[in-house]
Amino acid sequence: MADVAIERGGGHGADHPETTTGLPHTKLAMWIFLASECMLFGALITTYVLYRGRSLVPPFPADVFDIPYTSVSSFVLLASSLTMVLALSAAQQRDEGRMRLWLLATALLGMTFVGGQVYEFTAFYDEGLKLSTNLFGTTFYVLTGFHGVHVTVGVLMLLSLFGMSFARRLPDDPSFPVEMVGLYWHFVDIVWIVIFTVVYLIPTPSPGGPGGP
Amino acid sequence: MALEERHGGEPADLHAQAGAHAAGHPSPKEYVRIGVILFVLTALEIAASYTKVSGAVLIPTLFVLAIVKFALVVLWFMHLKFDDRRYARFFVMGLAGASILYLVVLISFKVFL
Repeated sequence: MADVAIERGGGHGADHPETTTGLPHTKLAMWIFLASECMLFGALITTYVLYRGRSLVPPFPADVFDIPYTSVSSFVLLASSLTMVLALSAAQQRDEGRMRLWLLATALLGMTFVGGQVYEFTAFYDEGLKLSTNLFGTTFYVLTGFHGVHVTVGVLMLLSLFGMSFARRLPDDPSFPVEMVGLYWHFVDIVWIVIFTVVYLIPTPSPGGPGGP
Repeated sequence: MALEERHGGEPADLHAQAGAHAAGHPSPKEYVRIGVILFVLTALEIAASYTKVSGAVLIPTLFVLAIVKFALVVLWFMHLKFDDRRYARFFVMGLAGASILYLVVLISFKVFL
């Protein structure tokens, strides 16, 4: 069996992540995790598309969707991706002040997005769309709810990084942990790019119409 | 399996991989430029959804715009364009696997007919 060398840094600073492949294990694991997340969200998006336009009782998507409102949420999430890379750039330059600023901005934008989603869910519920009302309600809440949970986890990770930075718990070169959280955060953003197009922007066939039940 | 721990003397490429690998990554200005392009593409998507064109034109247009946005974020913001290609291979494997599997499911249920 081949010998495996474990790189643990040391002489040149203890910031180097462990590796047996020449690639940091953590980063490789993060990419494999994100690949597996493609499967999860692929299943949820496919289920939404499968049952699209097949609800027999209202409310239907056209009755509840507020495209201008959701568009603002989309811009907020896109802006958070930009602030995230700016945080990484500041971390790579070891500019701790700017890194904290951009991390906090990203977390706040993420919280704004989640808050917007909570408001949207509440408005839909008040309009009669519950989880078990129809196929649209079930597939919509499960898909966007899973995404919202992912954003919430991302916000917690960002706030943890922000707190660790103040508590001096980050390595001298903080770029690696910031990059790992950033990868997760951007993934949440690309999932929303697909959800926004498939769920909100593509018109849903009305019942009795073409493509409907 | 024999495990050997090395402390120091890491190969040069490991230094490039781990920790501070700002070199080769875009500058903040480039990030802002990509961000502006993403904003413009999103505005185009929203504008397109309000037009009265048929679904046969609208749906492919929206998909193309979404794919371009997806690629911009993955390549620039997630650095797949600049990082080791092995990361891209793992991610594309998951993405392509999911896309093919679920496309087959949708075709089986005649969603596109």
